[in-house]
Amino acid sequence: MSSLWSELERVLAEVQKPARYIGCEDGMTVPAHHPDAVAWLLLYPDTYEVGLPNQGLQILYEILNERPDAEAERSYAPWTDMAEVLRREGLPLFSVDTHRPASEFDILAFNLAAELVYTNVLECLDLAGMPVRAADRGPEHPLVLVGGHCSYNPEPMADFVDAAVLGDGEEVVGEITEVVAAWKASGPGSKAELLRALSGVTGVYVPSLYRAEFDGDRLSGIVPIDDAPPVVEKRTVADLADWPYPKNQLVPLTEVIHDRLNVEVFRGCTRGCRFCQAGMITRPVRERPAEQVRTMVAEGLRRTGYDEVSLTSLSTADFSGIQEVVTAAIADDACGQVSVSLPSLRVDAFTVGIAAELQKARRTGLTFAPEAGTWRMRQVINKLISEEDLYSAVESAYSQGWRRVKLYFMTGLPTETDEDTLAILELARKCIEVGRRHQRSPSVTVSVGGFVPKPFTPFQWFGQNTEDELRRKVGLLRDELKRQPKVYRGVQLKWHDARASVVEGMMSRGDRRLGRVIEDVWRAGGVFQEWGEHFDISLWETAMETHGMTFEDLVYRHRTSEEVLPWDHLSAGLHKDFLWQDWRDALDELGLEDCRWIPCYDCGACTGFGIEHVVASAVPPAGGSQGTGQDRSTGGEVPVSLMARPVTGQDSEMVVA
Amino acid sequence: MRLRVRYSKKGKVRFTSHRDVARIWERALRRVGLPMAYSQGFSPRPKMSFGLALSTGHESEAEFLELELSKDEEGETIDWNTERFVDLAERLTGALPVGLDVVAIAPVEKGDSLQQAVTSCTWSIEVDGMDMEQMNAWVADVLARDEIVVERERKGKPVVEDLRPHVLTLDVTGATETGVRLLADLGTQPRALRPSELLAALDPPLKAGTVCRMHQWMSQGDDREEPLTAPVTPAPSASVPA
Repeated sequence: MSSLWSELERVLAEVQKPARYIGCEDGMTVPAHHPDAVAWLLLYPDTYEVGLPNQGLQILYEILNERPDAEAERSYAPWTDMAEVLRREGLPLFSVDTHRPASEFDILAFNLAAELVYTNVLECLDLAGMPVRAADRGPEHPLVLVGGHCSYNPEPMADFVDAAVLGDGEEVVGEITEVVAAWKASGPGSKAELLRALSGVTGVYVPSLYRAEFDGDRLSGIVPIDDAPPVVEKRTVADLADWPYPKNQLVPLTEVIHDRLNVEVFRGCTRGCRFCQAGMITRPVRERPAEQVRTMVAEGLRRTGYDEVSLTSLSTADFSGIQEVVTAAIADDACGQVSVSLPSLRVDAFTVGIAAELQKARRTGLTFAPEAGTWRMRQVINKLISEEDLYSAVESAYSQGWRRVKLYFMTGLPTETDEDTLAILELARKCIEVGRRHQRSPSVTVSVGGFVPKPFTPFQWFGQNTEDELRRKVGLLRDELKRQPKVYRGVQLKWHDARASVVEGMMSRGDRRLGRVIEDVWRAGGVFQEWGEHFDISLWETAMETHGMTFEDLVYRHRTSEEVLPWDHLSAGLHKDFLWQDWRDALDELGLEDCRWIPCYDCGACTGFGIEHVVASAVPPAGGSQGTGQDRSTGGEVPVSLMARPVTGQDSEMVVA
Repeated sequence: MRLRVRYSKKGKVRFTSHRDVARIWERALRRVGLPMAYSQGFSPRPKMSFGLALSTGHESEAEFLELELSKDEEGETIDWNTERFVDLAERLTGALPVGLDVVAIAPVEKGDSLQQAVTSCTWSIEVDGMDMEQMNAWVADVLARDEIVVERERKGKPVVEDLRPHVLTLDVTGATETGVRLLADLGTQPRALRPSELLAALDPPLKAGTVCRMHQWMSQGDDREEPLTAPVTPAPSASVPA
């Protein structure tokens, strides 16, 4: 294989942030190339700053490089200025590790974490010098795989990818390596043979081995051709203790998001928030042993030189070993002043208590995500936070030195009325009131996003609110703030672009026909659509019109129970009738408690795999009303003593979900 | 205790920014466990000060950094003999990415900041697409001028500036594969003249290839000296994995 570095170094001075393209991170592997080994290029189809910290990609990078039969390098979507330079100079997409051309790898594996990056995948393939459509690529081209949360509905990308991989990647990448290695070793074979062999690996979905059938405009079935499995099941690793990765987290030379040590404390979540795809598709809950977390934190801090560690999961306050791990991390003097951040905490005073214990840093902002303004609405979405919980969380935040509270909400939720929407401001106003007891001018930032229904959630049947409706609802909030500025003093409102939500919604639940739309948008220059400065709704509208599709049908329409969904032949382990029942329960405003500590609802996630929740404690975590067996009609009393701590350290924020 | 560190920046890592390098240093100092003094206030940072910024993409043999230590590792003053500095230099180089190498360390008294103290820099500048004759003519032209007035934007306003006083020496030192190499001493006060600005000063503008800062100089009367001299054995050049 050849390095393009000498060509690249001549042009890097021309582009913004050239450090995006140099690699050289601490933890980087320089694989010794072996022609028999299967060479993977792991791609994150967004900028280096966004993609580098991705834990999934880093885990697979290490696991593959530990195998004698594989080697792995990384690449990220070149920013538009770099793409232009590469095309001008006739240079291809390259790996950042050894600057090898992408086309010299056996596999290009994309992490699809968000729908709006789909056009970037096409851009990367084109920069790699390959046809973007799978059907136009032969055995001489690298195999194109996608994984990550969006691959649970890969149908919009079916024309471009050779295979999609569902679920945890730790084990399946080894099996894919073996299949590709055997195919390589057997001499020049056909791509069809390779794809057929891959479809035999559990968790691997090969779209070209399925025929999408339509009845008019309506999908009527996705049928396996020949002996492809009728349903593709996701992969689940049973025990996180077997996979203490990343062992050598990459430390970038230039600034990236989440620029700190990240240690995953558990995977999966059974809080059961009905809008949350991550919580549904990553079940069951599998905790990492507290002892292993402690070791990973201590060794990671020493090796990397970071002074901040984040304990990651979908709801870190629920981790059985939280107290133990946090205490050990803070007490470890070897690393100097360490601050611990806990993304995705619950909204209750207990949680804020932990946050206060942890955050040596300056307390500027704390974020809570009640998601909806009324208790009724929160029962519909199953985010069972009582108002009292929110106020006690806010009170403990303000009383312990935080000056700004951020509240995340969604609008456009099922059954939502204008009363529910406006209640968002009422909550914010009351939070300010609570804050005045402790601060002279407390501030609350309300951030409102448009709800986008996702596959494999109970809301997968729900017709997304139209762009106009989302805009009208945000308008209600803005008007109310303007009408009574005195009442809402201290409240700031932020909202997301409703048009981006529409495109996200279209890809999220779309079918194969969208391939033509995605390709048109990419050909018209629509890359980096997740970036406000590049997002262009008109490109999407034009492409939809060209191909006779409407947002009305693909985004805004309620799906029926009989309808074939584009992901019905894929399985996240959840029974469809569980999801349907949960959808009916939502409409009946019926909350559902966390199954970790009460009997099973038979969602299918555990039973389907013979894997159960791995939770160290049989007792629900203390504090709050969210599925912990407390009386939800009254909400939470404050169960922990809140210690005042000296406030020092740098600015940082903690997100409480 | 205040330490002055001289380090080089070569190879791929030259594409990191001045700000990136500061963050890389912070992590490296934590990794070697050097007991740093911290600033007071809400956001304590380790006390370190960098010299003149190096443009992203330029190499250097002569970058400087000053560190303020809280105490030595035993909590009292100890003799920072040569051996100890060699050891620290090696540990720091090991904790820094490939291409950033510590070449010398010495204790210094607190004085002028490096930005104020340094009055000129020596640059090695590759110019592509020129031959020796053309380059010599260009150098003669620059040196013969009384002034080289350029207009540039500063804080949104146009400013007129004479670059000529900043051009202290200028020599064509040889041919490269793709052009020629210049050696230039450029003044840094009150504002450092950048090699790229020098090359763009005459019409048509020339384009710099690889640029490397070879020395930084402080004036001592009529003499000049470096903030910290590199030892006779130079830093190993960055091995770039490829």
